[in-house]
Amino acid sequence: MIRRLLIVNRGEIALRIVRAAQESGLVSIVAHSEADTDTLAVQRADEAVCIGPAQAAKSYLNIPAIIQAAKACQADAVHPGYGFLSESADFAQAVKEAGMIFIGPDAEIIARMGDKAMARQTAIEAGVPVVPGSPHAVKSLDDALTVVESVGFPLLIKAAAGGGGRGIRVAEDRDALAKQLPLAQAEAQGSFGDGRVYLERFISRARHIEVQVLGDGKRAVHFFERECSLQRRRQKVFEEAPSPALDSTTRKALCESAVALAKHVGYVGAGTLEYLFDDTTGEFFFIEMNTRIQVEHPVTEMVTGFDLVREMIRLACGQPLRMAQEDIVLKGWAIEMRINAEDPDRDFFPSPGKVETLIWPAGPGIRIDSGLYEGYKMPPFYDSLVAKLIVWDEDRESALKRAGRALDEFHLEGFSTTASLHRRLIEDPAVKEGAFDTTFLERWLAEPASNHSNVKEVIDEQ
Amino acid sequence: MTQQEIQAPFPGMFYRKPSPDEPFYVEEGQVVQVGDVIGLVEVMKQFVELKAEVSGTLVSFAADNETVLEAGDVIATLEVSE
Repeated sequence: MIRRLLIVNRGEIALRIVRAAQESGLVSIVAHSEADTDTLAVQRADEAVCIGPAQAAKSYLNIPAIIQAAKACQADAVHPGYGFLSESADFAQAVKEAGMIFIGPDAEIIARMGDKAMARQTAIEAGVPVVPGSPHAVKSLDDALTVVESVGFPLLIKAAAGGGGRGIRVAEDRDALAKQLPLAQAEAQGSFGDGRVYLERFISRARHIEVQVLGDGKRAVHFFERECSLQRRRQKVFEEAPSPALDSTTRKALCESAVALAKHVGYVGAGTLEYLFDDTTGEFFFIEMNTRIQVEHPVTEMVTGFDLVREMIRLACGQPLRMAQEDIVLKGWAIEMRINAEDPDRDFFPSPGKVETLIWPAGPGIRIDSGLYEGYKMPPFYDSLVAKLIVWDEDRESALKRAGRALDEFHLEGFSTTASLHRRLIEDPAVKEGAFDTTFLERWLAEPASNHSNVKEVIDEQ
Repeated sequence: MTQQEIQAPFPGMFYRKPSPDEPFYVEEGQVVQVGDVIGLVEVMKQFVELKAEVSGTLVSFAADNETVLEAGDVIATLEVSE
């Protein structure tokens, strides 16, 4: 059993973990940088310890400084939160070697699931579908055509040495493949000095759906899925649980595949398996696993009633899962809106500042996870996420209405936030219908705001 | 001779080089043209290039590499070319 938990993170997640620690009867200690001495997490924690200067590289990412601080404050466990060192196998190992418990899976599992190729191979072994692709580099057109049957069109020709979107060509059919393949090989050779190319199914319109799991090393259970398709620059903006795209048969298959993978690796703690979901075919494909708590975990907590952070502390201490799969029941609908200190009218430029006035929404079905308070001056060094506004209601339509009511009650003076974006977004007919994919939000933002239905309504009312 | 102060447009961390292993964008005493990058300001994980608005000689830096800046803090002094 542990007594003293060191929380190596900041912002709303540090506060979230402080709360879970206190409810679990643990002494909560927040490790913070010099720029974060006045955060709400530090104020609410039982103890605090400074681990270095403002820059994350010298504090929140500084493993020797953190281990030294953990020893100095006699911590017996370390919670990494999300981001920073939460998926560092080296950090997990260093914590273990220092004789403390890391709240997360073993370093070996973090490393295995953190490597894309190994994670894909692990998924295949566990019988979890992955994006169909050629198992090895294709040499000739004949070679490519033998793979096409399993991959299907349209497909991507990807340079083995490419990355970050470079060295990728699309082929819609056999003719295009015949034309593009030699070009792609020559280009790969020219750009990367490596002419090997792979084929992979091109899923042009996909949703990002992820499954929350908990494991104790022997057993694993799922807590259903989260829909996270509304993204900007690959950053999630708005999440919900469950997904409006799944029927009960698909939901069951998806969630059971996540459990199969978690069991296959003997997973311990909280994890999330991310999938691409193809609306047009109803197929889902595993893409990666996050071996930590996620930003959007509250929507899962709202629709299942479990406290995932408390559970992950128990699991890290070696306790078995307390629940069976049938104990986890989906109830109602939850939405999370990320409130970032960014100005939607200035291309989301960061807007750090001081909180002059702050009124949180309240009442039925509302949860706020935030480190903001009146008088707090946000440091410019870290992520711009300052609050998560989470609402629950009995169904999706009611949840969206409640989200609107919550946003109307929310009042913050001092700097711009993305709250105004959410207020417009939830009035959009496609969002109301749940009809969107991962490209939706950027296309929507590129449209003139006057095209958006709610703006018209406001104008009509005037 | 006119001198111009280059100020931080918003709070953040000031860098005089593109990455830790590279040389400074500009050395003190160096001549710069309009649009030359003289440093980076990092605010909430976004990096913004700070560019010279006039041509001239960069006389001195008031802010060292990796200094924390408030909006309006003086970063450097530039002597404007006639």
